Amino acid sequence: MSARDRILARVRAAVDGAPEAPPAARDYLTSHTPDDPAALLDLLHENLADYRALVHRTDPAGVGPLIGRLLGARGSASVLAPAGLPPEWLAHTTCVRVEDTPDATAAELDAVDSVVTGCALAIAETGTLVLDAGPDQGRRRITLVPDHHICVVRIPHQLVASVPQAMLRLDPRRPLTWISGPSATSDIELDRVEGVHGPRTLEVVLVGE
Amino acid sequence: MSGTFVGMPAFPKAARDAVRDETLRGNLRHATHTIRDKRATAVAELADWQELREAGRRIKDHTLRHLDRYLVQLEESVTAAGGIVHWAADADEANRIVGELVKATGESEVVKVKSMATQEIGLNEALAAEGIHAYETDLAELIVQLGDDRPSHILVPAIHRNRGEIRDIFREKMASWGRPAPDGLTEEPADLAEAARLHLREKFLRAKVAISGANFMVAETGTLVVFESEGNGRMCLTLPETLISVVGIEKVVPTWQDLEVFLQTLPRSSTAERMNPYTSMWTGTTDGDGPRTFHLVLLDNGRTDALADDIGRQALRCIRCSACLNVCPVYERAGGHAYGSVYPGPIGAILTPQLRGTTSEIDASLPYASSLCGACYEVCPVAIDIPEVLVHLREKVAEQGGPGHRLEKAAMKAASWVMDHPAVMAAGERAALRTRALHPKRPPGAGAWTESRDLPELPEEPFRDWWRKNRT
Repeated sequence: MSARDRILARVRAAVDGAPEAPPAARDYLTSHTPDDPAALLDLLHENLADYRALVHRTDPAGVGPLIGRLLGARGSASVLAPAGLPPEWLAHTTCVRVEDTPDATAAELDAVDSVVTGCALAIAETGTLVLDAGPDQGRRRITLVPDHHICVVRIPHQLVASVPQAMLRLDPRRPLTWISGPSATSDIELDRVEGVHGPRTLEVVLVGE
Repeated sequence: MSGTFVGMPAFPKAARDAVRDETLRGNLRHATHTIRDKRATAVAELADWQELREAGRRIKDHTLRHLDRYLVQLEESVTAAGGIVHWAADADEANRIVGELVKATGESEVVKVKSMATQEIGLNEALAAEGIHAYETDLAELIVQLGDDRPSHILVPAIHRNRGEIRDIFREKMASWGRPAPDGLTEEPADLAEAARLHLREKFLRAKVAISGANFMVAETGTLVVFESEGNGRMCLTLPETLISVVGIEKVVPTWQDLEVFLQTLPRSSTAERMNPYTSMWTGTTDGDGPRTFHLVLLDNGRTDALADDIGRQALRCIRCSACLNVCPVYERAGGHAYGSVYPGPIGAILTPQLRGTTSEIDASLPYASSLCGACYEVCPVAIDIPEVLVHLREKVAEQGGPGHRLEKAAMKAASWVMDHPAVMAAGERAALRTRALHPKRPPGAGAWTESRDLPELPEEPFRDWWRKNRT
């Protein structure tokens, strides 16, 4: 008998005669936040900042100049950008733009100073950005290897209040990365330290309409 | 389970040795108190915590009741998404499958995401015997691996080490595993983390094969989920060409929507955060993004034995958050190593004897490694009634005979006499408080008892006096 058949037979024998267990009731809340777009935006801002992301706000016309300033302030010489990034977001920088080509090695990505992406959505209650590898986000590795990530969130349509609301909008067939603040560890005496393996600096640009 | 801990003494002996170690006790007290206080705050933010806890409990119970159905569905979903599913009845079988998969890639080193399941089966040791080097990439696991040590906590495996000890381990051992520690390495956590970053980045950038576990698997979609903080998980899950995930069969949940419960309860219960920094979800393989080959090894290794126990099976609900460790007075003093298993603390005391049986001395002693105070049940985000299972397992151990627990019985008898005589207890409390300033920092007298214990701080007034004043 194969291991598969053995395990399944053992499972069936183990639960034989066990009481029925119906699926769970979903009487928990679908949101913990009042339905107020301005308050939701403030909450996202506050929770992102609480996790030590650097948060900026602007309007659509201000995105390019702001990103240009952020890259300049950091002294970045090169910036990685997914193919589907709106061109105007990188219109105000003198950084060398690097494409993530299929044959680019991880070591090449490691030499890039900054990366700029969009996101699939942001969750206010937890201060979380979710990336789903869409055209303005690129492959998972590009937001991981460089040390500086700038992520743009379009308000209000990319903003949700809660985790249950986010789940409704995400497609599990896509690779998903949930990001809440920069890389961090608390493994040494539970002292929080930012930046172990992922980007040490996460900047979030909230773009209002 | 693996032979990693074979030869361990029974819990009472191991705990006795551990509580004599003042550094260890200090490290543990600091860590567990910090995290339990933070956790309470994080949980208090959610008004529906009890509903989420109940939903988590019922999702898990429903899944376990129909585990055969959901495992078959999971296999179909993962296969349809481009993954390859393997089944392993025990540790040897799982180790053999993983070893063969790695060898088929032609590689002799792998990077690893922190995983309880691979610790449980002793995978690193099994791979080493086949000439394959497995590098742990979680900072705490790295500390444990370099120090030739054993993990002592589910979430923070090096919780028993302080910064000075970690610096020494890095200085002495990093060079023999790859890039040496930087010159003049200090004991500042930021410097230590930077040393780990440099050391491990070399391994990430050249790794062709990664091995992980998973926190959840979704039967409906074939999605696997890993929660982490550092980004080492993302490195392993996305950079290599081949990914092998070894996951216990109890980690499956039926639907995509079920994840919304655990995405809320797991981070708050484990690291006391609203959300951990990184969560990765992948479904089979994706063209042009991440590993080209994905293997899922479904592991039984004693889980079906636990499933067959009417009372004990609730231990399989566990989502490995470690909240029960951080509130446990026994864990706080004895430390994780005393439990002789990769699963320490209250959950380890009920999970390990079910996975391994109770024939060895250490496994038979684990159901007694508890004061039955119930704090573990209170904090458990899937409502595992750990005290109930402990008592049930004690009965089973008692049935098979063995040494009695005479001292424990005598102490309980004395305590219950005092409890039954309220006047005696009240007088004792007041006398203790009047002399508060005179109390020594440590208990009087010499010997094993006082060397290994700290006196709790006395409150300003007895609880019963406070109650009378404020509540009656």
